[in-house]
Amino acid sequence: MLQGLTFAYPPGPVIFEGFSWQVALGEAWAIIGPSGCGKSTLLTLIAGLRRPIDGTLLVDGRALQRPRPRTGLILQDYGLLPWATVWDNVALGLKIRRFYGPDGKHAPVDEDPRFWKAQIDEWLQRLDIAHLAQQYPSQISGGQRQRAAIARTLALAPDLLLMDEPFGALDAMTREDLQTLTLELQAEQRLTTLVVTHNIEEALIVGRKILVLGRPPHRKAVIVGNPARPQPGRRLDETFLACRDQLRELLGESMDALA
Amino acid sequence: MRWRSIVLGLLATLIVWQLLAWVINRPVFPLPFKVLVIFVRDIGRDLGRHLLVSAWRVVGAILLSVVAAVPLGLGLGQTPLLNRLFAPLVYILYPVPKIIFLPVILILLGSGDVSKIFIITIILFFQILVVVRDAAAELRPELLLSVRSIGAGRRALYRFVYLPAAIPAVLTALRVSVGTAIAVLFIAESFATTSGLGYYIMTETWSTLKYPEMYSGVLAMSLLGLLLYWAIDLLDRRLCPWREAI
Repeated sequence: MLQGLTFAYPPGPVIFEGFSWQVALGEAWAIIGPSGCGKSTLLTLIAGLRRPIDGTLLVDGRALQRPRPRTGLILQDYGLLPWATVWDNVALGLKIRRFYGPDGKHAPVDEDPRFWKAQIDEWLQRLDIAHLAQQYPSQISGGQRQRAAIARTLALAPDLLLMDEPFGALDAMTREDLQTLTLELQAEQRLTTLVVTHNIEEALIVGRKILVLGRPPHRKAVIVGNPARPQPGRRLDETFLACRDQLRELLGESMDALA
Repeated sequence: MRWRSIVLGLLATLIVWQLLAWVINRPVFPLPFKVLVIFVRDIGRDLGRHLLVSAWRVVGAILLSVVAAVPLGLGLGQTPLLNRLFAPLVYILYPVPKIIFLPVILILLGSGDVSKIFIITIILFFQILVVVRDAAAELRPELLLSVRSIGAGRRALYRFVYLPAAIPAVLTALRVSVGTAIAVLFIAESFATTSGLGYYIMTETWSTLKYPEMYSGVLAMSLLGLLLYWAIDLLDRRLCPWREAI
């Protein structure tokens, strides 16, 4: 997927240098690292919102030139339009596609435009926010906003879902709910998911494999397998604890290196 | 609540006016009843025509300034490089009272509608430009990133993000500057012209000592301001229902 990728914010230091990493179809990954390590940058690169200086980025076998219609990105917050209702926000992606028409550049060519309103309603139902359809983002809770953001992205039928600290601003209960939901949706929609987080437990819950980013520049992908992905709420079995300690150790080193 | 406060406000104004008229007790301060009668009598005749001419000048200037300032404001607001280039110019020109250029504008553009619309347009232009620019610049990068991530290119960003973000900014700018616009219109209309409420008040009535008629002109100009203000309020509630929801 990523081959010999190099990226920097000029004139800043290099963040990725000849970095290579592979993600297979349908895998659930977590990307973990301290703040400022470049994990969000990695997501925006994969989303096609930033261009690498060097190297190739292949998604679905093709080199990435621009944001890909089948890649969904969910950010921590501020992703919803404050002047639009929940319904309009969830519909935004489909409206943008209708705005351009199915040109293959902004929207997939095989899109069936006829049932788009029903699609929106279905996703509102699926994410339990149908009763909030006419509310504005400022009137609903953080968890509900994030559900709306997820609905908006999934309404576009993505095959690759990128989430940047999606549950960071939420309270523990809501976070657990949404983690469970993400796992369900990942299985149900056969999504490839990459979730960026700075929380070790969250990484272990949402990631079957975990990419550990320490101090930039990143040259080699450090990967921790997490075969016994626990259910949220059942966080005390032994493999979980072992994995957690392994991650702690890896991250601890990078923290020392940062300091 | 809204209607009640409007009626109460009008009533209070009438009472204060009546009291002042009694106390001052001179022809230059007529009783409100007398003025209202003349207003009703004349609004279907000359006064109505002057009101329409003034209204067309202000509304024309509002439309022109919106059309000119919104794209420029959006352009400056989302292109930091352009903004850095033009910010010093805007900074210097913004506080200059544009009305001082009235003599120049009268010479260059003549004494017809064009000069009046132009002077109001440049005043509103800077107000709208600055507010729209700041509204576009204050959009969170996260919001823009996430809308781009669901497929928006430049055109869709304009349609779905920048334009809706500009609407409340434009309305705010108009709300604070519509009073200034009418004041400037009054001054512009009191020179070298034969129509408009400014002309009616200064030339046709004041200089011929027809005080009650002059007050009916004042009333018409106040009405113009009030109506414009209401129109902006109405647009705000229509176009930005989310502002009330907060």
